[in-house]
Amino acid sequence: MSPIHRHLLPGFSASLGFALTYLTILVIIPLSACFLTAMSLTWSQFVAVVWTERARSAYALTFGASLIAAFCSVWIGLLIAWVLVRYEFPGKRAMDSLVDLPFALPTAVAGLVFSALYAPNGWLGQFLVPLGIEGAYSRLGIVIVLVFIGFPFVVRTVQPVLESFDSEVEEAAASLGANRWETFRRVLLPALYPALVTGFALSFARGLGEYGSVMLVSGNLRNYTEIAPVLIVESLEESQFKDTGYAEATAIAVVLLVASFVMLLVINWLERWSKRADG
Amino acid sequence: MSISVCNVEKWFGKFHALQNVSLEVPTGCLLALLGPSGSGKTTLLRIIAGLETADAGTIRYADDDITHASARERNVGFVFQHYALFRHMTVFENVAFGLRVRKWPEAKIRERVMELLRLVRLEELAQRYPSQLSGGQKQRIALIRALAAQPKVLLLDEPFGALDAKVRMELRHWLRRFHDELHVTSIFVTHDQEEAFEVADRVVVMNRGRIEQIGTPMEVFEHPANAFVMDFLGNVNVFPVEMQDGRALFGPLEMPLPRFHTSNGDSSSSSNGNGSNGNGSSTQVYVRPHELALGRTPEEGGSLPARIIHITPAGSLVKVRCVAEEFGLVMNVDITLDQHRELHLKQGDIVYVSPKRARVFMPDYAI
Repeated sequence: MSPIHRHLLPGFSASLGFALTYLTILVIIPLSACFLTAMSLTWSQFVAVVWTERARSAYALTFGASLIAAFCSVWIGLLIAWVLVRYEFPGKRAMDSLVDLPFALPTAVAGLVFSALYAPNGWLGQFLVPLGIEGAYSRLGIVIVLVFIGFPFVVRTVQPVLESFDSEVEEAAASLGANRWETFRRVLLPALYPALVTGFALSFARGLGEYGSVMLVSGNLRNYTEIAPVLIVESLEESQFKDTGYAEATAIAVVLLVASFVMLLVINWLERWSKRADG
Repeated sequence: MSISVCNVEKWFGKFHALQNVSLEVPTGCLLALLGPSGSGKTTLLRIIAGLETADAGTIRYADDDITHASARERNVGFVFQHYALFRHMTVFENVAFGLRVRKWPEAKIRERVMELLRLVRLEELAQRYPSQLSGGQKQRIALIRALAAQPKVLLLDEPFGALDAKVRMELRHWLRRFHDELHVTSIFVTHDQEEAFEVADRVVVMNRGRIEQIGTPMEVFEHPANAFVMDFLGNVNVFPVEMQDGRALFGPLEMPLPRFHTSNGDSSSSSNGNGSNGNGSSTQVYVRPHELALGRTPEEGGSLPARIIHITPAGSLVKVRCVAEEFGLVMNVDITLDQHRELHLKQGDIVYVSPKRARVFMPDYAI
């Protein structure tokens, strides 16, 4: 006799069916279409498109900038979440809502604002550029906007974990002889790892896909500040003159997709590993 | 190491959590802070541990004034009600924590942790995570974690509060044996008088931020200092009596009053002319369930007819709950199993209740 599976919530098969249908319509079909279009190219054509010097530089920038920005987001996000959870101060609620702003703001606006601020004649740029800090039309500028877009993910994943943290655990550490720093490093931080990794993954993924703000802040200088999504758009624009333009754009997209998927798998595994104590 | 608490005050906003509390704990003593919730017992424990600061008063460990020392400087072991184990660390690492922050060499840490794990017979769980342990196992790990760095003082905040009855019993006995082997000065907080009596050398009864009585379990139980202590330490029957010529009368009963207990601990003979001893004044008489006798026939010295509402067997005792319908008074009577067999009691039977012993507590203003 087969074991009887009882689910607490009714309608398991119906809800799974709906979930799969939506996932298929929204994710799987568009992605397969992307792969199919890219497959209209021959292997040598494919390599010729996706492995040019320009493309490699764009991939390196996209992944590199996203990684650096995600690292920065983790620290900034952790700090902001810490301040929001642990301290009481006037304007705390306003600050809390401010964190969500990058979620809502059209990213092109963010790009525009940052490029205007950091441009050599901008508010900040007029002081920073003479010091050699170029926050606009540079790789640094890309990282800055990606942090702006990415850190709210970290705040929102870390905040609930910090809030649910039992103060007894910190007291236990103190009574066992740990000072504030040791308590943070040995007790709090490890407990926050899963949330931090999740936040990292989200802001990293967001950075990979970001287009609007980067396009405006980077200046799209070939082999320097040109990111992979810009390359895709450019290939699409060329498609009116060239038959294979559309396929070439999807080819680059496929490379991005596969690379992102692999990296997210790794992060996912990291996340699970960091949660091993939850048994 | 002895602990002395002197005139400690603590306010939480407008709430006066501790009012002029003073307490001496001799070296090697296992002391229980007993009281209902909100009595300030946990606050006092946390102040002794350095997890909370007193608004006034001093705390000394032996001869050192440590009133302003932080928790980490005090070298105390603290056990929390909900264990407070570090979830992301293995059992081994949890126990080793206090040693690591004290920079013990790795080999000594291993040796000490395994020794402690053997002591609580959990060495095979060294590499598990807290989420994989039962409540009783968690609490034992929390205890050896607190003891790892050989603290001079062990403080336990309702250590068995979150465990089920059977495990709680086992751990109580175990804690007592453990203390007898280690002789570390220990204070534990509980609201369960049975637990306090079973485990502790000394019991401190607290109520509303004050200490009501300090003594051995026997002293506190046999000679409660006041009505609160009497009431809190197990069931008690309260009779509203009329005082007539130094005798306490309730309906057909005359209460046997060997002596008066006053709130300041003095006691005096019932026959001398105390102020509230006068004719016609009313007061309350306290009688424990085992201090009432039950019979099928009226007693000569006077007894109260009552109807049995409920009979509960409780080990070697039988708890009988009955109501004196004339006065609307519900009484709890404990009789032995043998008596119960002799009397053939059933629910609804009429029995005659007579007190063998009773107490009166004089309120402060009557002295």
